[in-house]
This record gives sequence, C-alpha cells and structure tokens, in this order.
Amino acid sequence: MAYKLIGKNFTPHDVVAKVTGKAKYAEDFRAEGMVFCKLLSSPMPHARVRNIDAAEALKMPGVLGVLTADDVPQFPPPQPPILAKEEVFYVGEPILALAAEDETIAADALEKVKLDLEQLPHVLDPLDSLYPGGPNARSNGNVAAAQINLQTVKWDAGDFADDKTLPKGKPAEQWTYGDLDAGFKAAKVIVEESFVTAGYSHHSMEPRSAMAYWQGGKCILYGSNQSHTAAVPNIARLIGIEPKDLVLVAENCGGGFGSKIPGYPIMAVPALMAKKLGRPVMMRITRIEEYAIGSARPTFQGYAKLGFREDGRMTAADLYIVHENGPHIGGGDFRSAGNALSILYQPLAMRWRAIPVLTNTPPRGPQRGPGENQLVPAIEPMIDKAARQLGIDRVAIRKINAPDAAGKIGSDQGPVTSAFMKEALDQGAQLFNWEEKKKLSGQRTGNKVIGIGVGQGYHNAGTNGFDGLLRITPDGKLHVHSGVGNLGTFSHSATSRVAAEFLNYNWNNVIIERGNSRLGLPWNSVQAGSLTSSTQSRTNYVAALDAKQKLFEIAAQMLGGAPEDYDLGDERVVLKSDPSKSISFAQAAQKAIELAGKYSGQTVPDDINPLTKDAVQIIAGTGLIGVAKDTLPRNGGVPGLTVTFAEIELDVETGKFKILDMATVADCGTVIHPQGLAHQLRGGNVMGIGLARLERHVYDSKLGLPAAALLYQAKPPSYLDVPAEIRVGAVDKPDPQNPVGVKGVGEPPQGSGAAAITTAISDALGGHLFNRTPVSTDMIVNHLAGRTQSHKPLQINSV
Amino acid sequence: MSDGGGSATEFALADDVLTSFGRSPTSRRAFIKGVIASGAAVPATSFIFRGHGVPAAYAQTSGAVERLVTLNVNGRDRRVDVLPQETLSTTLRYKLGLIGTKLGCDHGECGACTVLVDDLAVYSCSTLTHGVRGRKITTIEGLEGPNGELHKVQAAFVEELGPQCGFCTVGQVMSAVALLKANPKPTVEEARLAMSGNLCRCGAYDHYLRGVMRAAREA
Repeated sequence: MAYKLIGKNFTPHDVVAKVTGKAKYAEDFRAEGMVFCKLLSSPMPHARVRNIDAAEALKMPGVLGVLTADDVPQFPPPQPPILAKEEVFYVGEPILALAAEDETIAADALEKVKLDLEQLPHVLDPLDSLYPGGPNARSNGNVAAAQINLQTVKWDAGDFADDKTLPKGKPAEQWTYGDLDAGFKAAKVIVEESFVTAGYSHHSMEPRSAMAYWQGGKCILYGSNQSHTAAVPNIARLIGIEPKDLVLVAENCGGGFGSKIPGYPIMAVPALMAKKLGRPVMMRITRIEEYAIGSARPTFQGYAKLGFREDGRMTAADLYIVHENGPHIGGGDFRSAGNALSILYQPLAMRWRAIPVLTNTPPRGPQRGPGENQLVPAIEPMIDKAARQLGIDRVAIRKINAPDAAGKIGSDQGPVTSAFMKEALDQGAQLFNWEEKKKLSGQRTGNKVIGIGVGQGYHNAGTNGFDGLLRITPDGKLHVHSGVGNLGTFSHSATSRVAAEFLNYNWNNVIIERGNSRLGLPWNSVQAGSLTSSTQSRTNYVAALDAKQKLFEIAAQMLGGAPEDYDLGDERVVLKSDPSKSISFAQAAQKAIELAGKYSGQTVPDDINPLTKDAVQIIAGTGLIGVAKDTLPRNGGVPGLTVTFAEIELDVETGKFKILDMATVADCGTVIHPQGLAHQLRGGNVMGIGLARLERHVYDSKLGLPAAALLYQAKPPSYLDVPAEIRVGAVDKPDPQNPVGVKGVGEPPQGSGAAAITTAISDALGGHLFNRTPVSTDMIVNHLAGRTQSHKPLQINSV
Repeated sequence: MSDGGGSATEFALADDVLTSFGRSPTSRRAFIKGVIASGAAVPATSFIFRGHGVPAAYAQTSGAVERLVTLNVNGRDRRVDVLPQETLSTTLRYKLGLIGTKLGCDHGECGACTVLVDDLAVYSCSTLTHGVRGRKITTIEGLEGPNGELHKVQAAFVEELGPQCGFCTVGQVMSAVALLKANPKPTVEEARLAMSGNLCRCGAYDHYLRGVMRAAREA
C-alpha cells in the first residue's frame, strides 16, 4: 500500500531538544523550596537489621527528617521493598532516606546514623544455593519468581556429580511438546553442551533521580521512566495513593533497557519524603547507587541437547535453565528463553525445564530481550557445530529450521501472526556477501585469523487491548495523545504518524502530547518488549477511525446528507458527489465543541480504560475527540526477528579481536520509520557486542562485594569496541494482523548481534565452543595456549 | 579498546567501589572492621552540593568557604560563589542554571558532562571550577547562533538522527565540536578516537559518527 507518511523518514519532535540540551530529564526540574534526600544503603550482601538509630543525625542543623521501612508502604516478599525492613539482601540495598536543606548536610548526617547489622550467610551462585546445606539468599527461601512462591529448594548431592555438566535437579517449572525420545532417536547428530551467560548491569546513562511534591492532594512526580501511563498504577501503588492522584512527569528517559518499565520502588522515596516534610524533595541517584538499584540481566547456567536430522532439521531440543534471579521477585528470562528456542528453530519435539534461584546480588529484571538474548549467543554456536558435523552450510541449517507463517511457538505450539525469517536470512546473506565471506573462514595471515559468524534474534513484539486518543482543535491541529513513554526510540512519533496517515494530515500540523499526565494521556502499552510500534500503531489507527467517523457525521450535520457521502480531503471533509462542498477540520473541531457529547469527549465509550476516561475528561470540550479501544483481532504471537552477520579478525597471540564487518536484517513487518529502525538495529548490535565480549558482574565470593560496579569495570561498549558502521536492512513485508503491517524489533538485534560474535569467535578457532559469555581475551588466550581456564566450567561472577 | 577482562581469579577490589555504597568504609580492611563492629563510619564525600538556605552555623563548622569568582561562560562573565572543592559541572548545573550539561557518572567515566575549556573538551565533573577562572568555558547553551540557529554539529546530529535516549547527546555534541575545531576534516577513524571518551548506552555510535562526518563535510 502506498502511504504518504508511513515508511518515510522525518525529524522526530524531540530530537532538536536533545541536541541543544533543552530536553529535560527528571533531575533537571526544580521546585520552589526544594530540599534534598540521600540514601543509606547496606554495605553487606546479607544481614539482619537489628537497629537503626537516627537520633543524632536528626539533631544536626539543616536535617529535616528520615524515612525507614516503617514509614513507607509494605509489600509481601519477595516483592522488592522501597526501603529494607528486617533483612537486607544485597550490597547497596537502600535502608533509610534522609532529607536535609542540601546534599552536603544530608551526606554528613548519614554518617551519624547508627546502623546495627548482623551479618548472615550470603550466596552469589545459584548452584551453591541448590547444593544440599547451601546458603539461602533470604532467610526463608532461595527460589522465587513471578508466579513461583518463595520456597526452599535443595537438590541431591548426586545431581552435582560432574562439575562440567549442569546439574539438573527438580525444576520449578517445565513443559514438553512432541515425543522427545523419538526426536533424539531420529537425529543423526546430537549436540549437548552446558553453558554460562553472565549477568550484568543495565547501567542506563541517566541515574534514576527523581523529584516530587504535593499539590491539591495530588503527588507530582518527576521521574525517569520508559513507560508513561502504564506505569502510573504501579507507581501510585508504591506511594500508596490512587492512580488518579498521581501526576507523572517523564518527558525524557535517559535509558531504561527494561529497568524502568512499570516504575520502580525507589521512586516512591522523594514522594513520601515530600509528603512527610510538606516540601518538594529531590533525590539524586549516584552512578554507584544506580549499579545497585538499577537492575541487572539474570545470569544463566544452562544446558542444551539438540538433535538434528541429516538435512539439518532440528528433531528434538532439551533445554534446562538455572536462572540467577537476584534477591527479590526478579525476572522471567528463564521462561522466554524456552519460547525463543521453540520459535527460532521450530524443533519437532522439545522439553524446557527451569528454576529461578535467588542470590545476594542486585535485583534482576528484564533487560533488552530478557532470556532470548542470553539464549542465542549460547545456542547459535551449537547450531554451527551441528552444521559442521553434517556438512551443511551454516545459513542453510538456520533456514531449514526458521519459522514462516506456519511457525509455532512455546509449549502450546500457538500460531504467529507472521514470520519472514527465511527471507531475512537470505537478505542478510546477500547484504553481508555470505557466499564470498565464508571462504575467508579460518584464513590466517601472520597472527591474525578470520572468523565469520551468523546469529539470530527473536522477541515477541506486539500486543493489543489498549486505547487510542487524539484531538482536533479549532486551529486545525491534530494532537496525538501518547501515553506510551519516551525511551528514546522515537516510536512515539513514528506510531503517531499512523493517526496522521489515516486522517490525511500534513505532518507539520500534528502535535504529540506526551510526557506529563496533566496533558491527558490514554491507557497505552508499556514502552518495553518491542511493543510500541505494533501496539501503538493499532491504538492510533482505531482512534483515527473514530475521529474520521465523527468528522463525517459533523459534515453531514453541517452540509446535509449522510456520513457515508463524505470523504477526507486535504485536512478537509469533502462531499464525494460535489467536492466544492466541504468543511475544514478546524471548522469540524469548532462544531464538535458546540455539539459536545461524544464529539468533544463529554461522553466516552464504555470499554475504554478508567485512566483513558480521566484523560478524556482533561481535554473534553477543547476539540473533536477521537477515542477508542483497540479491539482489532489478533491471533498469535507477533515475532520480531533479526539476523546478524559478523566478520572478525582475531589475534591468536593476544586474544583480542577486531570486528571488521557487521550486517543485520530485520523481519519487523512494514518499515514505518527507516532511520528509527536503523538506529534500533545498530544500537541493539552494539549492546550485543557488550553481551558477547565485555559485560559481566564480578563479585568477591568471600565478602559478597561487587568488583565491577562502575562503568570502567562493567565495560559497556565504547566507540572503540564496535565497528564504525553496522549495515542494516529489512525484509519489509507487512504483518497481516496489524493495520499498517508493522511489528516491533527493538530487542532481537542485541541477541543476533551477540550470537554473530560468539559464532564468529568459534569459527575463527576452528569450531571451538566456549559456552560462555562474555568471551574474554584471556579465555581466548588460555584456549589457544592449551591452558586451563581461570574460571571453573559453571562458575559465575568471574573476571 | 577494552578487552574481555583480566586473567586473575583473585580480584583485587577497587577501593572506589567500596567507598561509595551508602556510608561505606573505604577499603576491604575497613569493610571487615565494619562487619566486626557494625556502625563504623568513614565520611563519603561524593556529590558535594549546596542547596538553598544552608544554615550559617553549619557552613562554618563544615569548613565550606565559598569565594566569589568570575567565570567566562558562553562569552559572558558570570559572578558566582564557588567552594574550593567544587566541580565545574556543579557550578554550571546548580549555580548558573545551565542544566544542558548532564551528569551520568560524576566519576570521569562517561563523558555526559563534557564542556569546552579554551576549545578543548573536558569532563566538567572532574574539573575544579577554581581551576578554570580566566578560561573560556563553552557549554551546550553557548553553541546556537544569535537567532537560535543550530551549530553545524547539532544540525548534522538532527539530520543523521544522532540521539536515542539523548542523555549522552550533549556530551557527544561538545566532543564533536572540540574535534572539528582542532581537526576540521577528520577521517572516520580520527573521529572515532576523538569521540571515544563519550559513552552511549543506547549504542548510537554509528549515528553520531555519521553526524560528525556530515558536519565536517558541510563546514
């Protein structure tokens, strides 16, 4: 379909503010009479809080008050607390907040707080905790996750017989489909490996500072959050108020990567402190605090056994994930890893087992492709191993297993809305020049050897059921109200163009209302999970259809005839039979205000979310309102898929390698914003390089202290770690179950990028599998020198 | 280039990691002491900051003495009271209201706070304000032309869609401006090196480099 706006580049409305420094982040806001709070956090990985005595601190001039767990809402464990109560579970867990006239006073006053902690045994490695008699991260359990109650699980010593193979005791969850034994029997080649993928910090560039005050019974909170409306109920719950009493201001979010989806507990501190003091409170978060409370990707200790037919088809897959979940409720990566394997390779039979184990390390949560992106850099080298044993081309073995429209996903083998992975592999192979490049594989010049890699990525990238809201004002402008948030993908703008497209609007007459609850923001999806492009294009489409119908009805009332007699012209409603008869959108908006009722938001559809109803109330009577719930059908998962190819030059003496070339192709349905897509594909691959070769938690096992907390230790990729250019492409075939055919794709390129690097390393080393991320230079050197690695096979948190 | 890590299994804990947690001790030894006698207190002095209404008595006892200095910021002389230990980023953001400069780490690691001092890119979080008296300081607020026209680097970053989340962008712009002042026609490799002190967690490096090269072309 030929579009006027969709598929074309444009300048997103927030980009100029970002390059001029005018874009405001949470800590850039100030309020009259603002005071400052600082946090006192645990210096121990696990301890009982015996006593907190702030009396001396409170006597200091300039000190205004403290908050402890007793002053803030409580949630049933293992939900993360706002401030730790009786037990602290990781180094850096906030225990007390103290407010003062300025930060210097607050910092000095924290020194006067007497904190009496009794150290408890800590645990950093899930396998240590699962071993009989091993320590528990919490005094009342060591296994928990969403939908898995906190419990104590110990495996048998016999499960740990072999230190090179993942112990596989009783899992917390499992599923199977097909006949696994028959699948392995039918296999000509079976690849069986244990692996470790390191956990590591999100380290968003903006520390999660926040400022809050109260006005007219409402809490005004300036926070750093990647979602907007979808976060309001949760943040309100954290503060202990109704969603309608929270005004969230989050215009820009300086990086989230999954760590700021529905809000997070520490946001409640300045809000509750402001309530206690009756003054605005700013809480600046430091980089080191951001490490502790800013979330981290769960570590996997995994096992996979994969069976392949002679033609390369995967007949059976057996996957076991031990998921390091931090001390609280953590993430669901273990589950999505199973789904990712099932969709990417379509095994004829599969078993998935997993257990989420608690550790005394920073709280875990989703990070870009949670589960999927740990899995593929471990599994894809195994696919290559099978291809080598079968004598099959490495792209060909991926194509024979890749999902198409008939693809199935997960335990129930449910359908997908579309999948063009075979096309993506073909297009990627062409873009990268696979046929020529693969001839370079293993070629050695001096001490440099070439490795060629290919990796795939997946994330479920679309959902539905949210509301669209827009408004045409008497000045003729279209206001698209976006409650999805601003993570920095520009998808709030790209999807707003869907509404403009279907209303035949000129883009320069469109205003995007976002970033502040007071503007009237509808109930939208979280800005996470690669959901925005697909989900927001649906809501903006249904709101546009509603506005269009109202425009026709108003024209019919003003000019006569029936609504069906009208069509949209250039920001006008035009009588089909006589185009000289028309009204402008501006006139229609004025008329909508006069007519009131549904036309101007005084009445609203019953099925929209209460938060959308509140939003409409804010803007009612100011123009023609288009508002509707997305009830469009969707049958199946919405797979966002990518493939990345990489060429590396590895120095066999130093173990260092340079990435010579990287190319990625996406199956994300229709491309709605080429430049934005390129940005996501390149940025994802950069994070994939970090996952594959650089980033990891390091802990001192004796003391449980972090040794890779700051940026120079945590090693997010810099300019010099990545290629200057990453080439990108897209299949650009529409998904039939989206009004404009788009699917999301923010997350998969990190997985495919990481897998392209791990497969390229393996290729350069003659097919050696490290079965570990990140692959560090010393691992490469140790391997080449025939030395034992400095870490034990399943060890985590190693240097 | 960062490599994949060290080789020792025993890892010496960096003191600065331990220093910064809560009111934390300063070394491994102090940590152990803290475990034995919980409640040990050693001052942590990151994030010095003076807000509104500091009680006079407190200011005297804490030894914090401000001196009135003149700074040349974006072509204007600005009079401001500055503490001896105050960093330039603190002065700019919290005393002069120039909030375009961002603080990502306050440790000289990320580059979000990059400004120009006599046309050289510096980390303002790691520069003492007293040390730049009499020097020419340029922040993001000083780049635009008299009628609000974007600097060529800013315009190129818009054209190439440089930012994602935008938090590091201001620092990236300032580093690029410093580069092009020193080397108006850099190669991509030179640009990569010059920009390498600026981290971007979104991984927008490719787009920023395209922006730098476009700005150089269009100069």
